[in-house]
Amino acid sequence: MSEANSKSPFAILDQPTRPDDAGRPGPYPRSPALSPRVNPQGEAVTLTIDGKSVTTAPGTVLIEAARQVGIEIPSYCYYPGLSLQGACRMCVVSIEKMGKLQTACTTIVSNGMVVHTDSDEVKNARKAMLEFLLTNHPLDCPVCDKGGECELQDAVFRYGAAETRFLETKQHEEEKKFSSLVYYDRPRCILCYRCIRVCDEGMDVNAYGIGFRGGLSVIIPNRGEHLECEECGMCIDVCPVGALTSGTYRYKTRPWEMTHVGTICNHCGDGCKTTLAIRNNQILRANNRDHSGFNGEFLCAKGRFGWDFVNSDQRLTAPRIKRNRQLESGSWEEALSTAAARLNEIIAKSGPDSVAVLGSNHTANEENYLLQRFARTILGTNNVDHHRTGDFSSLVGALTAANATDRYATMQDVFEASSILLLGSDPTHEHPLVAYQIRQAVRRHDARLYIVNRAELKLRRQASLYLKVEDEGAAVGALAGTGAASPELGTLRERLSKENDTVVVFGDALRGEQVTGLVRWGLTLPGKSRFVALGDYANSRGAADMGVLPDTLPGYAAVADAAARARFESAWGAEIPAQPGRNARAIFAGIESGEIKALLVFGSNPVRSFGVKPETLRKLEFLFVADLFPTETAEVADVVVPAASFAEKSGTVTNTCGQIQALKRTMRKAGTRSDFEILVALAAQFGANWPYRSSEDVLKEIIAQVRGYAIPLPALLVGGAVVTRPQGNPPPLERADLIFSARDSLFTSGSISRYSWALNSLDEAKKPHGTIF
Amino acid sequence: MLSDALKAKFDKIIARYPLKRSAIVPLLMFAQDEIGYVSDEAIEEIARRVEVRPIEVIEDIGYYSMLHRQPLGKYNIQVCTNVSCLLRGGEEILEHCSKKLGIGHKQTTPDGLFSLEEVECLGACCGAPAMQVNYDFYENLTPQKIDALIEKLRSDGAKKSP
Repeated sequence: MSEANSKSPFAILDQPTRPDDAGRPGPYPRSPALSPRVNPQGEAVTLTIDGKSVTTAPGTVLIEAARQVGIEIPSYCYYPGLSLQGACRMCVVSIEKMGKLQTACTTIVSNGMVVHTDSDEVKNARKAMLEFLLTNHPLDCPVCDKGGECELQDAVFRYGAAETRFLETKQHEEEKKFSSLVYYDRPRCILCYRCIRVCDEGMDVNAYGIGFRGGLSVIIPNRGEHLECEECGMCIDVCPVGALTSGTYRYKTRPWEMTHVGTICNHCGDGCKTTLAIRNNQILRANNRDHSGFNGEFLCAKGRFGWDFVNSDQRLTAPRIKRNRQLESGSWEEALSTAAARLNEIIAKSGPDSVAVLGSNHTANEENYLLQRFARTILGTNNVDHHRTGDFSSLVGALTAANATDRYATMQDVFEASSILLLGSDPTHEHPLVAYQIRQAVRRHDARLYIVNRAELKLRRQASLYLKVEDEGAAVGALAGTGAASPELGTLRERLSKENDTVVVFGDALRGEQVTGLVRWGLTLPGKSRFVALGDYANSRGAADMGVLPDTLPGYAAVADAAARARFESAWGAEIPAQPGRNARAIFAGIESGEIKALLVFGSNPVRSFGVKPETLRKLEFLFVADLFPTETAEVADVVVPAASFAEKSGTVTNTCGQIQALKRTMRKAGTRSDFEILVALAAQFGANWPYRSSEDVLKEIIAQVRGYAIPLPALLVGGAVVTRPQGNPPPLERADLIFSARDSLFTSGSISRYSWALNSLDEAKKPHGTIF
Repeated sequence: MLSDALKAKFDKIIARYPLKRSAIVPLLMFAQDEIGYVSDEAIEEIARRVEVRPIEVIEDIGYYSMLHRQPLGKYNIQVCTNVSCLLRGGEEILEHCSKKLGIGHKQTTPDGLFSLEEVECLGACCGAPAMQVNYDFYENLTPQKIDALIEKLRSDGAKKSP
């Protein structure tokens, strides 16, 4: 809690510029001081609203206090978390002993206040305000995207403003295309400035402004007639009316005609909750409709618009089998029996270790768990790996060794942190939610951000201290070492030694021993320092947790550990090979040298991610691929089966912080099967009778068998993000180049974003990676 | 390209304010005086110097009607039609200018010599009807005076323009 905050609840409105700001590079946000700060530790305030006694924390604004007891005060410009505006005057209330009506969104509660929100005076004032707001409004609700979920429509319904005293002609302007995803309809706009503030304060992009003044005021984009920004679409989401509409959703449906299903975004590793809106088995929109989950209203361009790959007509919908050097459509039965026959043949001829399996970091935990079980017990090899994008193993190993497995930081911890150390990653591009949480921590909680990076990050604007280094690993070595570091690192070490409860966020620049060193040193910092390892995709963390690794069983138990093997052997009723398998690099080397003769690839495209040449893969006697699209890898396969996307299956995914959340099946795609179904059917082809009827059965086994995953199932099934605390003693990292981020941008996510019209339609997507908007 | 003299002026003005962004409007005025209008380059430069984003500078230009993003005529004729001037024939003066120059409100002649604008009170009520040409005031106007003035400006403009 800042010093200014503890003194008086009113301090929030006239906070001085923090001294840190002096050293920060601009541009600065518009009005950093005008943000409501609640002080939950302060002495509670009691007031009366509409005859109800309300007790709330000091610093709460009246409109929030009323909401806490179920009294709704309409508002347009007020939006929780954004700075106060006081522009729309819809939230006026009468407060006894105060002369005029007051705006509930800017009035802070005080003891003994008596408030009326429903008197005739208030109702008349609101009705009059609505008359003003409707002066130029076209009232085109029947064709407006927002109709049915419009805050202006709701208020007119409640207060009535059917007749108007304005005789002048309404000013009309044609709608404008700000970008391929954002359209602006001037006459519908009520100038609440939510879009301007969310873009500035939430996203630190500030792409919107106000043109002209008075009755001619209009929202303008930053590049003449166009918007150039991160295209997160938050402006569309927070718009209370139909002024800002989505390029992917507009004029397609009415809100009440869709089915809404809450699930988890499948792009980056942050694990944002999203609500997919479905009509006729097609996704039409994604937004976090109920603001549940740790991302609240936040979604980035990929989350909000990048789901359309699911509807892509390039999806694989039938298995393909190579006949006469050509991939031809075939049946599922034929594809799976061919695969089993060829694999059996190769194993009989060259032994099980001539087969390897490459897993995915987009598929569910249950599927990853089954995949490694399939490799280990049915194929009989530990040659199983995936594209590792962050060193989760080393983090788990280091925290377990220090007996500190309560030190995994969650997404909420990043938001609430008072001090954040960011090493070797660019969250703005690679982890939009982490970047958002960091910005909010700085803006709303006065957190100090310390950055050690080789590049100039956009987050530098929020940083109290930014250190440009050649190599983050070496910097960590110097930081963690007891010896003399450079003066800058010395300053950082000193500043951090004065902080409490620092959250340490690190990317793929730190691997193996460097992570161990960082954790060991981080744990010596004052308070309860916590850690986040950043990995690229929706289930990068889950793939590691579930043991899609050559030397590690589920829950980071070493393959070489006989006791751990015995535990899983008894659970699975089959033997696990004792020798650790080949890692991904060794698998590709093995293909090159002819030692690996068959490869199974699930939801991965090594031609792109690892840069493996298709000619190398052609050396294989048998290549099996399960994927959504005909990727470069699938093109050279012997059998390709069409997999279900995240929207078409159930299961769980674990985000980069280790929070597990449930995917919900929202639709079906004819011809496809989930990796779960594929693996169970494939196992059956080998004569194994796996006892799983649904992915939930697998989840129950994971809860029972995987250390750190003993989570309460109900908490997960009601849509919670449950923290997992893995502990184990994974073997040390074999080679550093096993861990590398794909450096995806705001508009790419591996192979799947190539099939998204929305993302590829953006001008911003054509700009060089790392462009700061 | 902004001149070095202008950039030096920018530095001087920004130093006067405790908050850098307070200098936006004066900077815009000096930029407009030198360039004739506020160019995109000037917007970028001002935003960079006062550490805000260009969009905030563009907002200010939109707010103040005396700041322009397009080149105006060499002589910007601003005719007042507010109360005092209205009562003394300001609207006729505006109409006369418009007919004489063949352009309307916020338009510029094809030769780039004149622009015309209808403006609110110029603070010259004692000499109504009044108008302002660039920074010079002309009061107690009649159509004849306008004709003479426009002729003079036209010949001056022809002489001096390159």
